[in-house]
Order: sequence, then structure tokens, then C-alpha cells
Amino acid sequence: MTTPPDDGKTYWLDDMRNVRKIVWALVIVCAGLFVADAFYHKHPYFSAESWFGFYALYGFFMCVGLVLAAKVMRIFLMRDEDYYDKDRGND
Amino acid sequence: MINPALLLIFGALPIAFLQRPIRQIYLLALPIVAFALALGIEDGSYGHIKVFDYTLETLRMDGLSRVFMIIFLIATFLGTLYALNDDDPVQQTSGMIYAGAAVGAVLAGDLISLFVYWELTAIASVFLILAAGTEKARRAAMRYLIIQVGSGVLLLAGALIHVADTGSIAFVHFGLETMAGKLIFLAFGVKCAFPLLHNWLQDAYPEATVGGTVMLSAFTTKLAVYSLARGYAGTEILIVIGATMTMFPIFYAVIENDLRRVLAYSLNNQLGFMVVGVGVGTELALNGTAAHAFTHILYKALLFMSMGAVLLRTGTCKGSELGGLYKTMPWTTGFCIVGAASISAFPLFSGFVSKSMILSALGYEGHWFAWGVLLFASAGVFHHSGIKIPYFAFFAHDSGMRPREAPFNMLLAMGITAFLCIAIGVYPTALYDILPHQVDYHPYSTAHVINQLQLLLFSALAFTFLMMTKLYPPELKSTNLDTDYVYRRLLLRLIAWLRGALAQVDRQGRQFLLGIVSAIMDWIQKHHGINGMMSQTYSAGTMVFWTLAMFLVFLVMYLAA
Repeated sequence: MTTPPDDGKTYWLDDMRNVRKIVWALVIVCAGLFVADAFYHKHPYFSAESWFGFYALYGFFMCVGLVLAAKVMRIFLMRDEDYYDKDRGND
Repeated sequence: MINPALLLIFGALPIAFLQRPIRQIYLLALPIVAFALALGIEDGSYGHIKVFDYTLETLRMDGLSRVFMIIFLIATFLGTLYALNDDDPVQQTSGMIYAGAAVGAVLAGDLISLFVYWELTAIASVFLILAAGTEKARRAAMRYLIIQVGSGVLLLAGALIHVADTGSIAFVHFGLETMAGKLIFLAFGVKCAFPLLHNWLQDAYPEATVGGTVMLSAFTTKLAVYSLARGYAGTEILIVIGATMTMFPIFYAVIENDLRRVLAYSLNNQLGFMVVGVGVGTELALNGTAAHAFTHILYKALLFMSMGAVLLRTGTCKGSELGGLYKTMPWTTGFCIVGAASISAFPLFSGFVSKSMILSALGYEGHWFAWGVLLFASAGVFHHSGIKIPYFAFFAHDSGMRPREAPFNMLLAMGITAFLCIAIGVYPTALYDILPHQVDYHPYSTAHVINQLQLLLFSALAFTFLMMTKLYPPELKSTNLDTDYVYRRLLLRLIAWLRGALAQVDRQGRQFLLGIVSAIMDWIQKHHGINGMMSQTYSAGTMVFWTLAMFLVFLVMYLAA
């Protein structure tokens, strides 16, 4: 890994405090959206949609599940970057 | 009446003979002229050519053809503009022929014209992969070509059976009841990257040139979606196939390192939504499919453009190598985020107004399971395309790379595409007006907006949570096994093994036969050899004795009888 060339600039996101600000902003917006479920009229196709916070919880847990499942898939599916190149010359 | 497809195809021929800057102007003008021409064509049937006993219908204009033709022509212009800095006549010519063939195919009213254009898209597009010039690209291109041409062969076989059965060459609704219907379905399925038939896409697209991938992403697979909508609307099994397509590529997308390959997986996932729409087959669903194909071509091209710019400037597209590029490529970063927001279907971006039509169509028809899968896939696509792509390329850890911003023509192409993505999201009526069926759909209801934001932002929260707890799998240099394993490794091994086994059988067999021959030789040697009983010389007296003895036996037997 080459070290970053010093172009004499620091960028807003280089400061970890600013990154933390973004994370907190996301958490607050999410909390607001979750609570918002109490304040509007739903017109669902399926009964699950009328559960409180259905979309929020579905989004969160499905994504966590997706990533963890994909991580497990790596055990079975991941090979070296040049996996297919190794056969060159004898085919 | 000039067919816009033929204008592009024959217009491509003189490209190589023109000099810059006339060539650049010509390249940009060609799709614009074709577009102007195409918009003037009224609904109807044109371009009839009599071949033997059949009449080809080379230009059929109706609602479904028109919307695909329009977006194909827009994509041709944007893809050409984007690739303008790469002054390669081979790519420019093949790209234009490829685009023209795709336009021709969606306008084709009969199976023979469809077949000709179908194969032409395969043959023209392969040069966009070959032009990358690497050994890897050459091999991927050959695999791509074999599979694409194979799809055409299936189409031809199906078409021949269909003509023999019905006597008609018209490209209309087929359904799966007949053998011909099944074969044509399979041909479309290969090009549409159905599960298990999909891997040519993820294999070949990321190996193409920077501009080539943008062109490839627009045409081939959406031509297949169009063909399915024309021939198989309302075929229930497509709901299952499409739902599977939305789901399994996203797992691969999470662990894939090459960001253009991540996009290829997410392209496959987006095709799933369209296929589900075809399977549902209602007016709303088919509108949804056409609308989603339209928006998808734009935002997917935009995402491939931004990653192409990264590849051009840094020489790599691997998540493990990139990071922090927003510092010197702010415009590309911004355009990439617009593409990411559009594919994720954020309100006010194009994906929101098209994808939801398909989900609503599923809701109306009561397909709760497919609906749940598509909702999961919607969250998942935000996860890998919406967050992963911009995050690992432009943010994440600072790679130390400080590349220049993309060339002006690329920025312009990305800017126009990004503008269209937002414009459709803000003013969906413009898109709804050109859909095949009358539209009575209002995406911006309070519930829909809030539900979508909940789904997406909590997915973002999940990503943040996984990142901060270090549970998120890091970007690693790797190859992930997919179905190409079958023909790139398993079959080769099988053939090698068979060859070995056959050699063994052959050797054993020869040895056995040689053993028999030598045993016979030994036996002959023993009896007829130098000291063999049968080859000795005996005295005349002995011979007389034996002759006499045999005569005696003969006599006794004669008298006894």
C-alpha cells in the first residue's frame, strides 16, 4: 500500500468526528421514520405490511441476514484471484 | 420509411474511414438522426419483404416496441458520448452495429428478422469485449460468443418448429404449451440470464472495455426482456424464475471484489424484477416491466460509467484497491451516487417510480411470497449497489490514489444520464405516457414514500452496524465460484479424467489382445516351430507304417459295418 501523497489538503470526512456525525444523523432519521408509522394511513396489500415498523425491521434484519449469509458462502465459494488462470497451458 | 435500425447499422460502416473530429460529430449525430426519425413513425406494420413463401415484417411499431426503441436509442447516444475519448474505430463501429441490431430486434415483427438481429447483437457486441486486448478478455469473449450464438441456435430451432407447426412466422405470444414455445423460451432465457443460464453476463461484462461495458449493459438483456414480454406475458413460471433472479445474485454481489462485476450481478438482479413483471402479465405489471427496463438502462449505464471512469483513471476496479477517490473525482462520485440512489429506488429518483409498479402488481394479484422476495431484493440491491459501490470506490479507507477527474465527454455523458434519472423520478408522467398500456398509477403516496424510506434507511443502518462491528466481510482479492465453474473447470477436469480413463482402458485392452496373440504364437511355435512335433522330418519307413496302420483301421471299420 502506497502512502497517500500529501496534497496539503484535509477533507471533511478525514475527521472521524464528522463521520460519527453522519452516523448519528442516520440513527436519528431512522428513529423518526420508525415512529412515523403511527401517524399515517396505510393501505396494505398484505397483512404483514400493517405491522408496526414492518418495512424498517424487514429492511434491517434482511440486510444483516444477507451479509452474514454471504459471508458463510465465502467459505464454500471463494478461491484465489487467479483460480481459473492456473489451468492455462494444459487445456 | 427508413428503419432506424438500418440507419445505425449501415451508418456504422463508414465510421472507420472518417477523420477526427468529423468522426466524433458523425458518431454523435447518427443516434440523434435515428431518434428523430424513429419518433416520426406511427403505430403500424412496415418494411415487408417477401422471402420465398414468407413475408418478413421488418418494422412493427406498437406501444411495447416503441418504449424499448426509444430507450435503446437514448442509450446509444449516451454510450457513444461516454466512449468518445477512446478513439477506437473497431469499438465505435461494432458498438453502433450492436445498438442498431438491438433496435432492429425490438422492431422485428417476425421470427426470421428477429433471429437475424438476435445473432447480429451477439456478433457485433463481442468486439467490445475483445477490444480490451487482454488474454482474460479474449477468453471471456469466446465463452460469451459461444453462449450468445447458442441462444440464437435455440431460437432458430424453435422458430423452424413453430413455422412447421403453424405455418406462420409472426412474432406473437407463444406460451409454453408447444415444443417450439419451449425452445424459444429457452433462447430468450439464455439472453435474459435466467438462473443457471446467467453466468456469461458476470463473466464477460466486467472484462469489456471501459465504454464497451456501458453499451453491453444496455442492450442484450433488455432485448431479452422485451422478447419475453412479447412472447410470454402472463406465463406464471416467470414469477418463480424472476424472483429467484432478484435474490441469488445479491449474495454474490456482497462478496465480489471487482466492482464492475458487482454491477453485473446487480444487473442480473434487476432483470429479475422485469421478468416477474412479465410473469404477472397484467397491464400494470407489463407497464412496470417496460418502465423498469427504461429506468434501469439509464441508472445501470450511469453506474457502469462511473466505475469505468474509475477504471480508466486508476487502472483497477477492485474494491480492495480503491477508496478515497471522492477527493479528486468529486463529479464522478456525485454521478455515481445519483445512479446508486436511482437503482435503490429512493423517492425522487427513477427506480422509485418503476420498480414499485411491479411490486404493486404482485400485491394486486396476491403473490405474497414473490412480493416478500422482491422486497428483500430491493433492500439487498441498496445494500450492494447503493452503498457498496460508491462506498468502497470513493470513500472507505483512503487508498492513497489521487487520480484526475474523468475526461469531459465522460462527465457530460454521466451528467445527462444523471439528469434523466432524477427527471424521471421527479416527473414520472413523462415516462408513463410512453408505456404500452394506459397508466393509472401514483407512486408518490404518503405510505409508499415512508415505507420505502424505512426500508432503505434501515438497510443503511444495517450496513453501518455491520461496518462498525467489523462484521461486514472485507473486500478480498478472490474469485467466487459460480456456474461458470461447470464449463471452466468441472467439464475440463471431467474431459481430462475421461481421457486418462480411456487411455487406461485402451492400454489394458491392447495388452490383453497382445497377450492372446503371443499365446497363439507360442502355441504355434511349440508345435510348428523348429523342434515342434508337426514340423519334424520323419523317415519314409515310419510314414509307410502309419499309412498302413490307418488303412488297417479303415478296413476294420468297413468290414464291421
